[in-house]
This record gives sequence, structure tokens and C-alpha cells, in this order.
Amino acid sequence: MAISQMVGASIKRREDPRLVTGTGSYVDDLPQTALVYMHVVRSSEAHARILGIETSRAKEADGVLAILTGKDLKPEFGAPLPVTVCFVPDKKYPNHYPIAIDKVHYVGEPVAIVLASSRAAAEDAGERIEVKYQSLPAVVDIEKAIAAGAPVLHEELGSNLSYDVKFAAGDIEAAFKEADITIKQRLIQQRLIPIAIEPRGVLADYKTFANKLTVWSSTQIPHFVKVWLAVILGISESNVRVVAPEVGGGFGSKIRVYPEEILTALASRRLGRPVKWIEDRNENVKATHHGRDQIWDVEIAAKKDGTVLGIRPTQWLNLGGYCSQFGTFQVLGMLVAQGAYKMKAFDGRAVGVFTNTTPTDAYRGAGRPEATYLIERVMDLVARETGIDPVEVRRKNFVRAEDQPFTTLLGLTYDSGDYTITLDKALAMVDYKALRREQAEKRKQGKYMGIGLCTYIEICGLGPAAPTQAATGVSLWGMSVVNVHFTGKATVIIGSSPHGQGHETTYAQVASDVLGIPVEDIDVQHGDTAIGPMGMDTYGSRSTALDGNAVHISAMKVQEKARKIAAHLLEAAEGDIVYENGKAFVKGTPSKAVTIQEVAVAAFQTSRLPKGMEGGLEATTFFDPTNFVWPFGAHICVVEVDAETGATRILRYVAVDDCGTRINPMVVDGQLHGGIAQGIGQALFEEGVYDEAGQLRTGSLVDYLIPTASDLPSFELAATITPSPVNPLGTKGIGEAGTIASTPAVMNAIVDALEPFGVKDVAMPATPQKLWQLMHRNGGTKR
Amino acid sequence: MNPAAFDYVVPRTLPEAVAELVKHGQEAKVLAGGHSLIPLMKLRLSTPSFLVDIGRIGNLSYIREEDGHIAIGALTTHHDIEFSDLLKNKLRLLTSAASQIGDPQVRNRGTIGGAAAHADPNGDFPACLLALDAELKAVGPKGERTIAARDFFVDTFTTSLEPNEILREIRIATPPPGSKGTYLKFSRRSQDWAIVAVAAQVRVTGHEVTQVAIGLTGMGSRPVRASGVEQALRGKPGHDDELRAAAERAVDGTDPQQDLNGSPDYRRHLAQVLTRRALEQITAHH
Repeated sequence: MAISQMVGASIKRREDPRLVTGTGSYVDDLPQTALVYMHVVRSSEAHARILGIETSRAKEADGVLAILTGKDLKPEFGAPLPVTVCFVPDKKYPNHYPIAIDKVHYVGEPVAIVLASSRAAAEDAGERIEVKYQSLPAVVDIEKAIAAGAPVLHEELGSNLSYDVKFAAGDIEAAFKEADITIKQRLIQQRLIPIAIEPRGVLADYKTFANKLTVWSSTQIPHFVKVWLAVILGISESNVRVVAPEVGGGFGSKIRVYPEEILTALASRRLGRPVKWIEDRNENVKATHHGRDQIWDVEIAAKKDGTVLGIRPTQWLNLGGYCSQFGTFQVLGMLVAQGAYKMKAFDGRAVGVFTNTTPTDAYRGAGRPEATYLIERVMDLVARETGIDPVEVRRKNFVRAEDQPFTTLLGLTYDSGDYTITLDKALAMVDYKALRREQAEKRKQGKYMGIGLCTYIEICGLGPAAPTQAATGVSLWGMSVVNVHFTGKATVIIGSSPHGQGHETTYAQVASDVLGIPVEDIDVQHGDTAIGPMGMDTYGSRSTALDGNAVHISAMKVQEKARKIAAHLLEAAEGDIVYENGKAFVKGTPSKAVTIQEVAVAAFQTSRLPKGMEGGLEATTFFDPTNFVWPFGAHICVVEVDAETGATRILRYVAVDDCGTRINPMVVDGQLHGGIAQGIGQALFEEGVYDEAGQLRTGSLVDYLIPTASDLPSFELAATITPSPVNPLGTKGIGEAGTIASTPAVMNAIVDALEPFGVKDVAMPATPQKLWQLMHRNGGTKR
Repeated sequence: MNPAAFDYVVPRTLPEAVAELVKHGQEAKVLAGGHSLIPLMKLRLSTPSFLVDIGRIGNLSYIREEDGHIAIGALTTHHDIEFSDLLKNKLRLLTSAASQIGDPQVRNRGTIGGAAAHADPNGDFPACLLALDAELKAVGPKGERTIAARDFFVDTFTTSLEPNEILREIRIATPPPGSKGTYLKFSRRSQDWAIVAVAAQVRVTGHEVTQVAIGLTGMGSRPVRASGVEQALRGKPGHDDELRAAAERAVDGTDPQQDLNGSPDYRRHLAQVLTRRALEQITAHH
């Protein structure tokens, strides 16, 4: 085994110098000549028939090259936008084209595109386009959309119901019969608007005579986009190249094939010139998919001693105006709602509903934050009802270390974990007993401190190919190429497509340890379909568990070949060769070593190779692990709620996370900082609000409040390390853990703070006004 | 989006700027720091066809004391106000308010004249100027005139400035020794506009409140004076129970609006709480 030096080292991210100095190239920075700019005219109506689009005045405007509507473009769509299985094979959904043909279903849906010589000219001309709508009644609310007499979005489906499916196991009736206490609770997962700092953008360049299309897109999934561009546009996949250059954040919002990727490509093919579209923030909040927007109704069966016997959750999901590509991925929440706990029965139901709103799809965590919020609120509700400390309720119900690998009621198997170790560490960090005493003291002074826990597990590393194919309709695996050059430097190509995660740094660390090549001599390339065989891209905290391990495996294959070459050069038997720190030598004689650099030279001076060996020092890996990975952790949040104003202040935030092996602990901490901030955003600040007519009321960052550094506490982070048994590095995932854990931790703390007022639940976000109202209903009478 | 097309001129003197405004009438808008106007133009909510950029007119950025008054040039940035030693010593209400506007980038560009002329009912300086009985000096084609703050703020985004007038200077009587001010702002996030804020300037002499001026942000379509509070407190010793009772009257004559951040009831409640806290803070060391 190679001596691990780089894995575990917090070296600085090599991505940062170019990013913090503004010299990285995002889509909008790419040089292009003869550019055409695309402006998208978007529906101002939530639900309407398009009676006509008057474009003659716009066509006369300066700089305009073409104006195209859905009717013009319909014949060019070889297929509608893709929709994947994602846990719900039997669902109803309409054909969704990149641009509305005769009806619009949400504000922001594309209705026409303007192609002009400058962005300003395109926007000015767009103002001159008149769309004649016949307004139809709109519906934005899940329950109203499936009530009798509701306006139906897609007549061909008969109603707004897309699916109503069960996820059940165990005898739920028996669980409720055995229960001492039963609790019913409605939990709100408000609509969230993902705010990547870089909005989306696309540059499409179709070369007419070569019949080749190159698309640069601010996307998380260049490989998926390549396939679908080929299918929808009817171009050979071998003639399509998709590049994700610098991508300024995604959080799931750049995980689907988007209309603008198709529209710019079509426009470029029509005009024979490169076409660019850059989303602005006002478009972004309507045109890029939203997250969450679910209601969870749960019934809980528990015993007086805090044992949870079973739960019966119903997940109501607002799909928006169409079914997005991964629009049913959030149903994953049902599959993992059992959390870190044992129980006897689970009786789940998921119902998907169309409304006149921006479609929803994955947003950081995608199903897991919702599931974790559910089960972690369940634990606190049981604690409140039984009078047992929330810590003890969790301990009582935990899956134990000796139960691992543990199979849940719905048939998923956890890979590893002793959930008490992160909990104990977090409790020690906050001095839990002292905190509870402080809380009691403060209450006497009319100060309302609350302590909230979250002991989460999550599913990451999507995934092994067979279960992901069965559940989502896509086979997921990791890919890498490791190629050592003539001079002994190496290039690593990965199938993941980072957008802030630091893969260039961390995967170089992985390859460096295996090959003994200095980390700075290893370049990591990604996000370009032309450079590697294929990739499954980046989402769901999957990259390191898959592509990161694929890098390790490819590097091991290269090391294996290097041993063979070294044995030949040293005239020794391969079995006697030791490979350490980039040197190969015969066991016991390290002074007579050949270096990886010498081996590399020989690999290309092929006459020096053993008979029958091909040249080159390269390996490719498609890594398909045996299971998903299951990180876990314990987060504790301490808040104080101002009884006079309802304002929440986070006094402490402690997070102990176990994501297995940490390749670069600093990068892990960075993922946690951002993730926790985003989860706090959902708990305290963020809410996408529509009015009854389907107009977005939170259409700018003045009204849609994302947390900023000054609104957040200093996070206190710690780790336990339980290597995953399902991959060679022992890594799990960390991209979403912070978001998954922090929302319930904060909300449990707030509900705990308001306990003297008889408050058992607070609908997110916990705005000051809402908390003030809860504390002062009944004239502020305390329980 | 890009703003709609507009023409742009950069006059070097105030008379030149006024002449441009006269020439272009209602079509023209004055551009100072640009932190309110440019976002509105990029949303195409405001589509002036002519911008008069007064940013390069000399001698409009200053803070000085003269004749018992503090004079602040209209182009003085929030940052310069926040860090002014003169204001820290004599007019802490303004430094306190300035430090809570937006974020450092906004404070580096935004100007007090722009903030006053924009008259956002949730902006921070208008309530301060109203509480301080500021005088606003404006230059127009007929020369200069002085407008009292109480007459200046008319309605949401509306002042008594004529379209061809430019705000030149803000003058505030230097508060007497012992007079103290503070700005208490309540918002969801630190950088947001106020849901409600209280600008308070109070002087306690011996055992008597000899000066009390309270301006409220977010309690109507323009900044309002909490005259009920002022009446209740003026001439009183300023004991805790008096402060509390006086603060209750912060809602008198207010007409707060409903929005995503707060109902009228919640705003009224916040006005009372913040007023009491401001009064307690100022009188704490007496």
C-alpha cells in the first residue's frame, strides 16, 4: 500500500486563485466572434392560451436577425424535454417543449426568442413583441389544485394529479394498535428558489458544413446534455460536444436539460452563427427550477417510553407547470424517511400535483432534507409528548452499530455507522446538560433559548448501477482516466462535473498518493464531453464516492503497469517489486530504484517495454460500487428568540459529521459551511411566494432572502471518521449534509425555545412576525 | 436586463446640471450614486430617456460645521457619514443610521442626497432627517430654496423637489451638548430595508427631558414623526415607566402597510418596542 500523504491533507484549493481574481472563464467570459444574442420573451401569465404573437414591430427593430415562436420551432423538436423515472414509473405528465406552443402554464415560460446583434438590441426588440393571451384561471396551491372544480393545466391528463403512490412495509395497523400515544402533524416544506451566484448561461455554436455542434453551458450535467441535444435536435451524438466551463454554483438547479440549451442550439443551426444567452437574476428566479414546495402530513405511533413504532407520512409535492426532468426525484424522501432509527412499520404515500408555478426539481439534498426534517421533527414531537429528553428519544430508537449493515423497512441497506459517536461528540462540545440548565434559568428571566438536535443519515454516492437503473431509469457509476505523460506528469480526466466542489484539488491528491507523483504535477480535467469516454456528472453528493474512487482505481491500474515496466527495467520478477512514493525497487534494495518518471519515459520508448506490452501509461475505470454510501452526523443548534420582536438569533451551531475518509478536510469544511448556511436559509429566511393569480411575489433578492455571512454564526465543526466499506478510499459524501442537517436542527431549536408558549411546530420559514404571532396568540398567555 | 436606451450627460457645475434638467423636463432623471435608480432602470420599471450624472460636480461631498449647523453635501456617501468624526461626536444618529444601510458596497456608492431625493418609505435617512428637523437646500432655474424636512417628504418615492431642481445640501442644527441620538432598525437580514426603524434624538437635562424627537421608518408611505411620544415625554423626568408609556404612543397617526415582511399590526408593535428600546438606550446613563 502506498503511504498516504495527500489524502487527509488540507492543501489549498488550486481552483481558488483564478476564481478569486476573476480570471476564471464562465460562459459569459468565453471569447467568440460573430456572436448572436438570444433574448427569451417569457410568459407574463400563469395560465393562458396563446391566441397570437405579434412580432412585426420587433422584427423591424435595429439589430434584429430573427424572431422565433413555439409554432416556428415545433417541427424542429425531435422529442420533448426528457422526464426520468425517478421512483415513480407510473405517472402522468404532458409533453413539455422548450418553448410554449399554444398554451402557457407558469409565469416565465418561454414564448418567443429574439436573436439580435447585441444583448441590448435583443431586449429592446423583445419589448415590442405583443403576445395575445386568453387568460385562464390559475391554481398555485397543492390542495386547491386537486380539489373538485380546480382549473386543469393539462386537459389531456384529465386532472392535475400526476401520481399517487404508496411506499409501505410492516404492519402499520398493529403499530398504531400497540401505541400508547399517537400524534398527527402537518409539516411545511416551503418553496425554495435556488440562487446560484452565477445564473445559467449557454453559448451554442453549430458549424453548418461540418454538421457539428458545440455547446458551452453553465450546467452540472454536460454528459446528459450532450445525449439529449443529440436526440432532440436529431444530430449524431458523435457530432455534439458539451462543455461546462467554470460553473458558479448549481445546488441541483443546473441538473436538467434546459429549454435554453435547445433553443440556442436551434438558433445557431438556423443562423449559422454562435448564439449566446445569459440568464439575468430576474429570469433566473422564474426560469430556473425551484425546490421543495411540499406538504408532509404525518401520523406517529409511539410508546410512552419514547419508542417509535411506526409512521404514516403523506408527501404532497407541487410539481409546478410541468414534470421536470428529475421532477419526481424528491420522492426519494419517502424511501429514506426512516432516518437513523428502527421502527416496525412504515406507511408512506406520495402525491404529485401540477400547478401554475415554475417547475420544481432537485435542490440541494433533493428529498433527503425533506425526509430528515420529517423524521427529526417526529423525534422531537415524541419527546414533547412523552416528556423525555429529545436526546434520549433518539438514543432509544437509533439503529445500533451492531445492526449494521442495517436494512430499512423499504429495503435500503446502510453501509456503516455508529450513530451514537457523532451524537456524543456533539453533546460534549455544547455541554448539553449545562445548556439545559442555562435554558431553564433564562426562561425565568423571560428569555427564550432553544436547543435543537438533528441526528441525520443520508444516502449518497448515486450509485451502484443496478439499483439506480431500477429506481431512476439511469445507470449511475463513476469514471476516470489517469494518463501519465512522457515526462512523468499526469492528467486525470473525471466523469464528474464540479461547480465549486474542488475536484481539481482533491482528485489530484488521490492520484498523487497512489502514483507518488507530486500533486502539483497532476492536472484534473472535467466538464468536457470531448475529453473522456462518458461521465455521470455531479449531483447528490456522488462525485467522490464514485469518480474520486474511480481515480484511485485507475491510478492503481497505472501503478500495476508501472510495476511491470519497472520489473523489466530492473530485470527482476514483478512479484518482488515494491512501489512506494513514486519509486519502484526490488524488495530490500530501495537504493536501486526506478522512478515513475523513468518508467513513464520507457512507456513511450516502447522498445524498452517487456515483450508484448503496448506503449503508454494510462488506465480508464468505470467504477460500479456494491452499495450506496450513508454519511451520518449530529448537529446541535442553540437559538434565542426575542419575545418582543420574534427575531431569532443563533447563539451556537455545532456540527459533527461522519463522511468517511476526508481527502481534503478543508474542502469538507467548506462544503459544510455553505450547506449549513443554505439549510439555515430555509429555516429562517427563504420562501418562494406566489399570489393567487400565479405571479411570483418574491421575484428579486430584495424579497427572496438568502442568508449572508453577517446573518450567520460561526460554525463549530468536528468529525468522526467511519470509512465506507463499499469503496476503496472509504469516502462517503458531504455536499448536501450541511443542508440536510441544519434545517431541522434550527427548527427544533426554535420550537424548543417556544415551548413555554405551547408551540409544538412552526411552519418554515420562522420569520420574526410568525414567531411573534405564535408567542402572543391568546394575548401571550403562557401554557 | 439592460436598461432601455437613454442619453447621458455629465455636467461639471450645478447650473449646467439644472440647465440640462430644464432642457429635458420630465424625461430627465438625476443620477447620483445610482444605487436606487440603476436597479429600477435595469428592471425597466424606470425608463428615463435622459440621465444627468451629477457625480462629477465638485464640492458636493462634505461634512462641516458652520454657524451652529452641520452641513452635509448632497453627494456625501453613506460611508463618509458613517466614519465622520464630526458626526460621531455631534450627530451620532446619522452615523448610526449610515452604518446600517445595505452593505459596504452600497455605502461606498450611495449618497445622502440621493437617499433623500429617492424618498423610499423604508429607506433609513428620511426618518433621521425628519427627526432632526433638517433643512434641504435645492437649486433650480430660479435659484436656491430651502425646504424643511417635514415638507420635503411627500409620499412613496415622492418629494417636494421640482423635476428641474437638484438637492445641494442638507443642514441640521447642531444638537446641544448632552443631546444623544440613535437609530434602531429591525429587518430580516442585516442588509435589508427596514421593516420598521426608529430615529431618536433625546436630551435629558438634570431630571427633565428637554429635547425629544422621534422619526419612524416603515410606518406609512413617508417617514413620520412620532409626535405622540414626543408630547408624552417632553418635560418629564424620563423614568422607565414614563418611557414605556410614551413608547406606546409610537403608533399614533401612523398608517403602516402590509407586505411580505410584516402586517400593519406587527409594524405597530415593532414601532412601540423599538421606540422604547431607543429611549432606554439613550437615557441609560442618566
